[in-house]
Amino acid sequence: MANDKTREPIMVLENLSVDFPVKGALPFQKRKLIQAVTDVSLTIASGETFGIVGESGCGKSTIANAMVGMVKPTGGKVIFKGKDLFSLPREEFKELRRDMQMIFQDPFSSLNPRFNVYQIISEPMFIRGGSTPDEMKARVIELLKLVGLSEKDLYRHPSDFSGGQRQRIGIARAIILNPDFLICDEPVSALDVSVHAQILNLLMELQEQLKMTYVFISHNLAVVKNLCDQMIVMYLGKVMESGATKAIYANPLHPYTNALLTAVLDIDIDNQRERVLLEGDIPSPIDPPKGCRFYQRCPFAMAGCKHVAAPLVEVEPNHFVSCHKINGFPADSDSAENRTPLRADDGQV
Amino acid sequence: MKAKAMRFLKLLGNRLLGILRAIAGFIMKLWRHPKGRVGLIVVTLLVVCAIFAPLIAPYDPYDVTQRAAKGLSPSWSHLLGTTITTGQDIFSMLIYGTRVSLIVGLVTGISIAFLGAIMGVIAGYVGGAADTAIMRTVDVMLVIPTLPLTIVLTNLFGKSYLMIIFIFVLFGWTGLARVIRSLVLVLKNANYVRAAELAGASRGHIMFRHILPGVSHLLIMNTALTCAGVMIAEAGLSFLGLGDPTAISWGKMLAEAQGGGALLFGHWWWIIAPGIGIFLAVFSFMRIGLVMEEILNPRMKQSSSIYKIFKNLNNTYMEEVFASMDENAKLGLTLKAGEES
Repeated sequence: MANDKTREPIMVLENLSVDFPVKGALPFQKRKLIQAVTDVSLTIASGETFGIVGESGCGKSTIANAMVGMVKPTGGKVIFKGKDLFSLPREEFKELRRDMQMIFQDPFSSLNPRFNVYQIISEPMFIRGGSTPDEMKARVIELLKLVGLSEKDLYRHPSDFSGGQRQRIGIARAIILNPDFLICDEPVSALDVSVHAQILNLLMELQEQLKMTYVFISHNLAVVKNLCDQMIVMYLGKVMESGATKAIYANPLHPYTNALLTAVLDIDIDNQRERVLLEGDIPSPIDPPKGCRFYQRCPFAMAGCKHVAAPLVEVEPNHFVSCHKINGFPADSDSAENRTPLRADDGQV
Repeated sequence: MKAKAMRFLKLLGNRLLGILRAIAGFIMKLWRHPKGRVGLIVVTLLVVCAIFAPLIAPYDPYDVTQRAAKGLSPSWSHLLGTTITTGQDIFSMLIYGTRVSLIVGLVTGISIAFLGAIMGVIAGYVGGAADTAIMRTVDVMLVIPTLPLTIVLTNLFGKSYLMIIFIFVLFGWTGLARVIRSLVLVLKNANYVRAAELAGASRGHIMFRHILPGVSHLLIMNTALTCAGVMIAEAGLSFLGLGDPTAISWGKMLAEAQGGGALLFGHWWWIIAPGIGIFLAVFSFMRIGLVMEEILNPRMKQSSSIYKIFKNLNNTYMEEVFASMDENAKLGLTLKAGEES
């Protein structure tokens, strides 16, 4: 949980954009683009835990896939350990990518039901090659103990395990090659609430022991609050707010962040915030709004939010917000007309 | 260099052992299933007949010189009699006919499994232009009428079972390729495949370690069902005279029986014998295929209609038994009550 600014960046995204083409229903119809991620820049320092928060469909997983090189970005760069992933030759790319691994959301589809535990965990080692079966077996047993399973489980199949145990197997597979960079794509959301804490504690212990950098993708705000040093809040493929987790939780500036945070029930009754309820669903990422992506659901939306893009602006040290209400309109579009509220100002639509 | 070769041999051995173990596992599963056991026993019998035909058959079925023994009725010396036209022993012909059916069925079934698997996996996993090319070919193949084409090709290139197998395989892989492709499309997006890709797995690794094992059950099942279908088709083609004219097959026996006047003389055994042969072969392979489907897809498991009727019969019977037992019990109770009072 250290927040050491001097640490070097391990992963940098520079203006990353990912679009997916959608075929039109009719021939010769213009191809539409799903803008899954638009112009996202972020820096992840080595050894920290970085949270990505947002509703489903906001591009969290696309960012993760772009970071590990599974999705080719349409714009921008993914720089891992100082090297641009997508300009590397194929062999070097594969070599570099071994330092990144991923933990998947669904522990039921992430383990091949035909393999036994030994085969599952040792697969990355097997693929890399150069290890004898004895070495692999010793390493797998070591890892099994590390993640809280026993040597007896070596030749059992995934169907013999519970969701939590399967996730442990998935974690063991992810760390067998000693990666420095681990992406956890909602690692606990498919598990029973009672095992959440166990798996999260395991991840934290492993981070301490193996000095890994985590990217934590989640829509569980409590998890992010407790684990992450830095975080970004995403909406419809764009970053709404970013900065130190503590600062964002203490002072959520963006209306969307505020809505997300107040939606979480707090056990402390005196500490309840006034809930901000958002109307409607996240709009389609095909043809997103030109201006602020959030204006359709924002309780404070102004006429100008519709067509004036909102840049990320640093409002306090290491705390960025993309909102016209906080930052004001840029000078060239700052007019009374743009500043007229779209909705009644009690926050209700 | 030597160590590398040894390692490769060891790997190959392990792979072969794995395949053998998988097949043994399948056979054990079939054996445990009552319906599958029937199929397994019949197939084993047929295979034994085919391999040891010269030992089992009492006469030479190709011997057409027995003028004196023409058109004999079944007896202990000729179990199924002899043919009216040439005096061949029908039982011996029946045993030898197993060979053609089994060879055509198995060779075609296995070849179709190979070709269908390769095409389906390439179309599904590689995708893109390969996918389009293969699937359009499949579409075209599916609408070509096979029977006229078979007649033309056999007349052009000579009547042989090789030709028949070739045609069956040429047109048989298409359906399988479609099914395999759709399953591969599901498998290749599984998270364990993505995990392997992240670890730097090659396409070959993913195909052979994850995707092919994932579709293997479909292949085995399909092979058994294709065998059954091909056996019927082969009998039909032989009956039409499109098979090898020098070989003895069940279809050709039927054609000879019809041409030789079996119906005219009332020699029904001459017609029934090859019919039973075809039935047994198709039935057993079909059975095995269907049981495999049931084992591999437990949701399909349901009792057959005949079994249900028996079960219902049993239930009504048992209800009667229970009812009479109740009555006895009541009688007993009343008696006891009477005694007491």
